[in-house]
Amino acid sequence: MPSVPIKRDVLFDKLGQKMTDEEFDILCFQFGIELDEIFVDENDPKSIVQYKIDIPANRYDLLCIEGLSRALLVFLQKIEAPVYTAISPPTPIQTVVKSSTNGVRPYVVTAVLRNVTLDQVAYDSLIELQEKLHHNICRKRSLVAIGVHDLDTLTPPFVYSAEPQTEICFKPLNQDKEFRVDELMVFYQSSHHLKHYLHITKDEPLHPVIRDLKGVVVSIPPIINGDHSKVTMDTKNIFIECTATDLTKANIVLDILVTMIGEHAKVKFEAEATTVLYEETQEVKVYPSLAYRKESIDVKSVNELIGIDITAEEMAKGLSRMTLNSKVQNENTLEVEIPPTRHDVIHTCDIIEDVAIAYGYDNIEMNLPKTSCAAEQFPLNKLTDQLRESLAQAGFTEGLTFSLCSVDDECEKIRHPRADKEPTLARISNPKTLEFQAARNSLLPGILKTIQANKKMPLPLKLFEISDVVLLDSTQDTGARNERRLCAVNYNKTPGFEVIHGLLDRVMQNLEVPFHPTQGYSLRAAQDPTYFEGRCAEIVYGGKAFGKLGVLHPEVLENFELNLLGAALEISIENFL
Amino acid sequence: MSKAIQAGWLKIQKEGGEPKVVRAVDSIVDTVQKNLKALSKDVTVNVDLATVNEYKKRKLMQQVTVTSYKISKGNHFTTTIEKPETDLTLELISSGDWKVKKFKTYNFNALGTPVACGHLHPLLKVRSEFRQIFLEMGFSEMPTNRFIESSFWNFDALFQPQQHPARDAHDTFFLTRPANCSTIEPTYMEKVKKVHSVGDYGSQGYGYNWKIEEAQKNVMRTHTTAVSARMLYAAGEQKPFKPVKLFSIDRVFRNETLDATHLAEFHQVEGVVADRNITLGHLLGTIKQFFSRLGIEKIRFKPAYNPYTEPSMEIFAYHPGLKRWVEVGNSGMFRPEMLLPMDIPSDVHVIAWGLSLERPTMIRYGIDNIRDLVGPKVDLQMVYNNPLCRLDKHSN
Repeated sequence: MPSVPIKRDVLFDKLGQKMTDEEFDILCFQFGIELDEIFVDENDPKSIVQYKIDIPANRYDLLCIEGLSRALLVFLQKIEAPVYTAISPPTPIQTVVKSSTNGVRPYVVTAVLRNVTLDQVAYDSLIELQEKLHHNICRKRSLVAIGVHDLDTLTPPFVYSAEPQTEICFKPLNQDKEFRVDELMVFYQSSHHLKHYLHITKDEPLHPVIRDLKGVVVSIPPIINGDHSKVTMDTKNIFIECTATDLTKANIVLDILVTMIGEHAKVKFEAEATTVLYEETQEVKVYPSLAYRKESIDVKSVNELIGIDITAEEMAKGLSRMTLNSKVQNENTLEVEIPPTRHDVIHTCDIIEDVAIAYGYDNIEMNLPKTSCAAEQFPLNKLTDQLRESLAQAGFTEGLTFSLCSVDDECEKIRHPRADKEPTLARISNPKTLEFQAARNSLLPGILKTIQANKKMPLPLKLFEISDVVLLDSTQDTGARNERRLCAVNYNKTPGFEVIHGLLDRVMQNLEVPFHPTQGYSLRAAQDPTYFEGRCAEIVYGGKAFGKLGVLHPEVLENFELNLLGAALEISIENFL
Repeated sequence: MSKAIQAGWLKIQKEGGEPKVVRAVDSIVDTVQKNLKALSKDVTVNVDLATVNEYKKRKLMQQVTVTSYKISKGNHFTTTIEKPETDLTLELISSGDWKVKKFKTYNFNALGTPVACGHLHPLLKVRSEFRQIFLEMGFSEMPTNRFIESSFWNFDALFQPQQHPARDAHDTFFLTRPANCSTIEPTYMEKVKKVHSVGDYGSQGYGYNWKIEEAQKNVMRTHTTAVSARMLYAAGEQKPFKPVKLFSIDRVFRNETLDATHLAEFHQVEGVVADRNITLGHLLGTIKQFFSRLGIEKIRFKPAYNPYTEPSMEIFAYHPGLKRWVEVGNSGMFRPEMLLPMDIPSDVHVIAWGLSLERPTMIRYGIDNIRDLVGPKVDLQMVYNNPLCRLDKHSN
């Protein structure tokens, strides 16, 4: 969930009222945001109190103080939601898109804001908003990259093309000399901030670049802007360009930037329209879109879905508080207008949520559905719980260990040769540490690790676990399935094979399976490197082995740093449903 | 000599050369000698306590305490020594000696012998309690024995877009083996593809190119909602539609940063109700009933966001111990974009809520570090000592 730091006093100034922290917390709770932290930046000489506010991931319009305060003012019915427009000048500023961008970053959307005044708060907010958008909807600049420029330093029209890195040379933002783009790819390796974005275009044959009429490099998205068109607090006219691989998201990002920064324009919330000409297709697009969408909703069905009963007028008023201005068409129909700040509204259900928020979730009457069903347990889980009880009654203690493990745990540590064993394991592709290399194939290593961590406990240590392991299975759509296993270990001064064997007999007795070569279960000698030679048996039922038991091999004990002796049992219980 | 000078009997002359000690008085009265002589004859003689203490300090007198006892025969007087019995034995019974022997007093201030028994794991005891609560409320258990899931069921079928941050390698475990799922039902897949990319069923969609390769990627499931999706799909296939109440409690996997309260795997609890004309008020009511079984009566709901539910709500409960509201779960109504491609009738609404199993367990038993509860580093003594799981009884 994105979080936004907001200066408390600036916020209350914009809201036109002071609140206590508790009052603001309650307001956040009702609105659907969260006051996560109240803090003071330790590097701030003025020690300004800030709120860290958690914003839902789909509300791009709340990612800056302008948008947040505006939405809260409308929610508190102090103002009406502004109307956002884009005026077309006689000759709109144009950006021509060359076909060379097709293979790397095909789309661009642009906008202009005239006569803006940026004080320190607005300037900081602008930088922060770009960062937040870049990090979230832009997927760390890979889908969309934003460039905000001082239009007065540039000469339109603009050309958006893609060129070899060595042919683009310019002075990047905050540098004092010129670099070629290939040099920048090396130079920025040491930039704490920019090194994360280099991979997006580093190995592409052509690099995106925007130039103005005089050939001045405006930006090389998604890496950095040119220093030439740097925005300062003196900037009056702003040019915004968003290059992208996802046009839908680029549009959303542009709408957000324009509607947010538009607060600082002389004619508030009025942008200047620009055009984008795709040279290959000769298609001309006008941006920013700032589209308003209308949807009709049925008052009765909205009331029924939520479980309330309000009039069309009340519903319209509530939606207007959520910046979804609505008109009553008749007592059962509302026409809802979705503004360009609310790209999160894509279906009627999004509108319905806002009706419920305006009503207040805590005001909705709580009822129980009349749905009557006879409950059923999942048979495997029912059997598992019964067996767990039975094993505890038999004097064994339950462990709970991890499903993810290292390959070592399943191979070397239990003396299974890696070459044979590893191909049978499900493997994780992006483990952060060794502990997450594979999904476990056996419950035994987990129990042995539990004993290893509890060696000081009185003897004997008798542990068990009944849980799932993961097996590869090509008959399943995913290529794998779970198998419910039961594993038990006896750890003491003697291995206690007879103890584990006795436990097996008890479990089979619980499952009503007699000890019989054909009509029940039986044991037969087996080889398994985990167990000591001659002290290992397979357990057979219906002609097939469903588990093993045996005395643990001394090397296995050593691998788990266990100083005493042990015997173990591991079986699948799925045959016994 | 210092005492003599102090008493004024002697004085030191320092004039001219070596100091000389000279007689200061002609005769002396040695009070100390007089008192000691008197005291040695009769210690009760009238010498004040301060003086006596001074003589003791100067080691001229020594106080010796002599204690005397007057002894007489008691009721159980005997000239033979007898050891008291610790317990009744069969010999004492058969010989009849139990009637005459003395028995040692029990020390009731010590504990008894610890019972040699097995124990169930604290978290799994909580799991059993939750299972019981759901069953009592009429919810049937979903088959969740499937840790490896396709992205299709884990994300796409739930209307979670392919570029969503949660599908990043940072948050989700992907598999190299088995890397992809082999089959997705083609007609259903086309519906999912359409609603994601260009929209359908009254939705604008997300406006991006939906790729089958992304959907085929296997993951360690990030939520049991993937199973709920499969179950709802099966419910949609059943004609006519029958309402269902389902629950699950099982492991999920997140590739997130680990800390004292977060592990890569944990247990998710989920409840689902699908029926005609279910309302948001029903969701609130069901959640209230569920949490009251856990002994939690004061709850509030906050608007939230999930990709697959709308409206969505976070559930907050008042914790009397911590004296503040804490988040205890998440909930919502599944989006039409998820349900309608499954052929679920449009007047059927599906409500769902979920929470983790570990969090309430840690709060209930006062455990700060999750590794003390789950995994091999669990303290077995804690497991041995863990009481019955009675969730509606608050710890003090």
